[in-house]
Amino acid sequence: MSAPFAKLPRWADYGLIPLVNLLVAFIVAGFVVMLVGENPFRAAMILVEGAFGRGQNIAYTLYYATNFIFTGLAVAVAFHAGLFNIGGEGQAYIAGLGVAIVALTFDRILPWYLTFPIAIVAAAGFGALWALIPAYLQAKRDSHIVITTIMFNYIAGSLMVYMLVDVIKPLGSMAPQTRTFDAGAQLPKLNWIIELFGAKIRSAPLNLSFILALIMAWLVWLLIWRTKLGYEIRTLGFSPKAARYAGISQSRIVIITMLISGALAGMMALNPTMGDQHNVSLDFVSQAGFVGIAVALMGRSHPAGIIPAAILFGALYQGGAELAFEMPNISRDMIVIIQGLVILFAGALEHMFRPSIQALFASFSPSSVGLGSAGKGSV
Amino acid sequence: MAELAIALNGINKSFGPVHANRDINLDVPRGSIHGIIGENGAGKSTLMSILYGFYQADSGEISVNGKRVSIKTPNDAIAAGIGMVHQHFMLVENFTVLENIILGAEGEPLLNKSISKARSELARLEREYGLEVDPDALIEELPVGLQQRVEILKALYRGADILILDEPTGVLTPAEADHLFRILGQLKEQGKTVILITHKLREIMAITDNVSVMRQGTMVATRRTRDTTVEELAELMVGRRVLLRVQKGESTPGDVKLSVRNLTVKDSRNVTMVDNVSFDIRAGEIVGIAGVAGNGQSELIEAIAGTRRAVSGTVTLDGKPIDVTGTVDPGELRDRGLAHVPEDRHHVGLVLAFEERENSILGYHDKPRFLNGPFLDLAVIEEDAKAKIEAYDIRPGNPHLKTANFSGGNQQKIVLAREMEQDPGVLIVGQPTRGVDVGAIEFIHKRLIAMRDAGKAVLVISVELDEIRSLSDRILVMFAGRIVGERGPEATEGELGLLMAGVEQQEAAQ
Repeated sequence: MSAPFAKLPRWADYGLIPLVNLLVAFIVAGFVVMLVGENPFRAAMILVEGAFGRGQNIAYTLYYATNFIFTGLAVAVAFHAGLFNIGGEGQAYIAGLGVAIVALTFDRILPWYLTFPIAIVAAAGFGALWALIPAYLQAKRDSHIVITTIMFNYIAGSLMVYMLVDVIKPLGSMAPQTRTFDAGAQLPKLNWIIELFGAKIRSAPLNLSFILALIMAWLVWLLIWRTKLGYEIRTLGFSPKAARYAGISQSRIVIITMLISGALAGMMALNPTMGDQHNVSLDFVSQAGFVGIAVALMGRSHPAGIIPAAILFGALYQGGAELAFEMPNISRDMIVIIQGLVILFAGALEHMFRPSIQALFASFSPSSVGLGSAGKGSV
Repeated sequence: MAELAIALNGINKSFGPVHANRDINLDVPRGSIHGIIGENGAGKSTLMSILYGFYQADSGEISVNGKRVSIKTPNDAIAAGIGMVHQHFMLVENFTVLENIILGAEGEPLLNKSISKARSELARLEREYGLEVDPDALIEELPVGLQQRVEILKALYRGADILILDEPTGVLTPAEADHLFRILGQLKEQGKTVILITHKLREIMAITDNVSVMRQGTMVATRRTRDTTVEELAELMVGRRVLLRVQKGESTPGDVKLSVRNLTVKDSRNVTMVDNVSFDIRAGEIVGIAGVAGNGQSELIEAIAGTRRAVSGTVTLDGKPIDVTGTVDPGELRDRGLAHVPEDRHHVGLVLAFEERENSILGYHDKPRFLNGPFLDLAVIEEDAKAKIEAYDIRPGNPHLKTANFSGGNQQKIVLAREMEQDPGVLIVGQPTRGVDVGAIEFIHKRLIAMRDAGKAVLVISVELDEIRSLSDRILVMFAGRIVGERGPEATEGELGLLMAGVEQQEAAQ
């Protein structure tokens, strides 16, 4: 009898528990808001309004979500192989270099629809290369990937400062960033999609990268659950011994998985650079690599969970910015606290409420829990 | 009627829709040894967990020594005088015997008082029950049999009057098991009550006074041991007649399929586990390797099957060498017709988080027939899985069910089906029936014999001596990494037991 705890039905597992976690995070955040002397209900209103209230706000939310889908997928793919890629931040940052090279080379020669595919390859390639070194060290030298990817974030940071300040910055400019890209390296906006629903948008950064992110989410699903490579990745992730037994080369899978993970993180660079700012500037990643970890955790490393989790964090970013603007007592740092609470309850303490919810289910309807639902293939 | 040490009345326990214990009644007289047998999943462990306070019954009463008790935690059980010796020992390896004994009963922040108290108490227990063990020895330096003795002492030290032993002989040599039984006999003479959970019918017959049989969550029968037979118990357990010993004809060995020469293997701590081992296996024979767990059998088959690198020696398969000291790859060996059912199906042979159909291709997932370009051909994989489920009677027959939700016997059938259906020339099987119930054992043994009769070379390692004796055409005995003897299937248990304990070798050395 190895199953002392009954199982929950699928909808509770994937819907109810994350919702409860989220609710608790917001309640605790509400106390923090009260602590600084603001009304938590009004704050919540402003936050939700700020994220979804008008078409404009929705476009911003989805723009941020785009970043987090890419980095969340990157973390998730590595996680399926049992690897914890903390280096999405650095991989995306270095990928900005690839974008800059392509954009600055082609933006005056090619139309955007030709520059874009080249830039995708460059961003993915640079991101993958930055992940390759930690991957190689893990596969061949047994250096722990968590340590190496963290260190590579710092190396990437310093390298990019050097590149932007000393190499790529136009002569005479004061700002540590590339020159502004011309039309050939500017991605079309997607605001018209939201306008189809009747909303009016003045200007918002939502752009074609969002579609790319959705395509990548689908491709990741295909890779992990439908291909031989995905099968091998999952086997290694669940049991390195079983992988060895099955004749799967651990070092090969580690390296390939990290290349894919780095490439996904790298593609994130397209969104703020070619999609919004039309340049590559200092610190354009702004923590999206780390938020990706929380997004992947919350989304259970499944694209169908990562997309809503990314939108949630996009909403926190966008709504949080509005909140900081509307309520003078709530600073930008307070928003980080709220995000931290969401990560804490939805990620780290994911299972805190599970036993009580299970007990609740068992007392209401014993037949809804237990192995019966496992027969339908739930996890 | 003697006074009852334990009386269970109408115990029910459900895990969701699974009714693990259904209206269980059990009377255990004081000063007796009571056996509880049943297949895996019959509910034995659940029942004992309820008695020891790990779970609580949904309904029912527990009485200890005639008094109704409520047992909510193991501490309640200990207070009621119930002690438990787990199948997997709960000892701190780098503590001494004494330190382990007082663990959880330390009493005060400073240990010197409780240690000296434990020392004198231990001396008394040793005198009374013949449980000699050096109180200052480190657990990790003790053989398994002595470690188990420490577990028993732990329970007695806490004042246990009723001792529950869960599959106590799984890790012991026949001689150690005999010693354990003598100890249990002594405990009984001193008035202690022993409950023995096992699936080995021979042990039941050898030492119990009464035996209760469980099947599918219910108590189907309780018998006085001297009034029953092995056959009757087996039938009660499974619910139908079973063959306890497989029927097989003479073997007709053919050419040498697998040849091992001077193989030496070290483990991760650089200790030599396999020491200069040589043997051959021919087509159409089953060679069994007997030995107490930890004498190098595991490392031997891992090295041959390519999941562990050997230090030196050669292995040839069909006359062609396998690079066992270098770049051997299990995938390559599969292509060459060597299939391997690993000892540890939970971590090696299966990925428990996978669906059944995903496990049914593990290791063969790169065969073109399962693939469609880079994609898995799920339709073919599912058809293939269904065919294996049919042929091996894997239950429940749902290829989408997560593998962790199958019982041990069915998990083993998933591995066996996968490996046997590839029609390999050589089949290496580690612990073919560990944790597998009686009905499935019969099935697995028949399949292995069928492989032999189809002209395959089969290598079996098992810690179950009965299994080795009933399956093998030749028996090799391993002790301390060496092959210390070869016997035919007619060898007696005593003879093999001595070899397994290294007795002959030590005598020769003197």
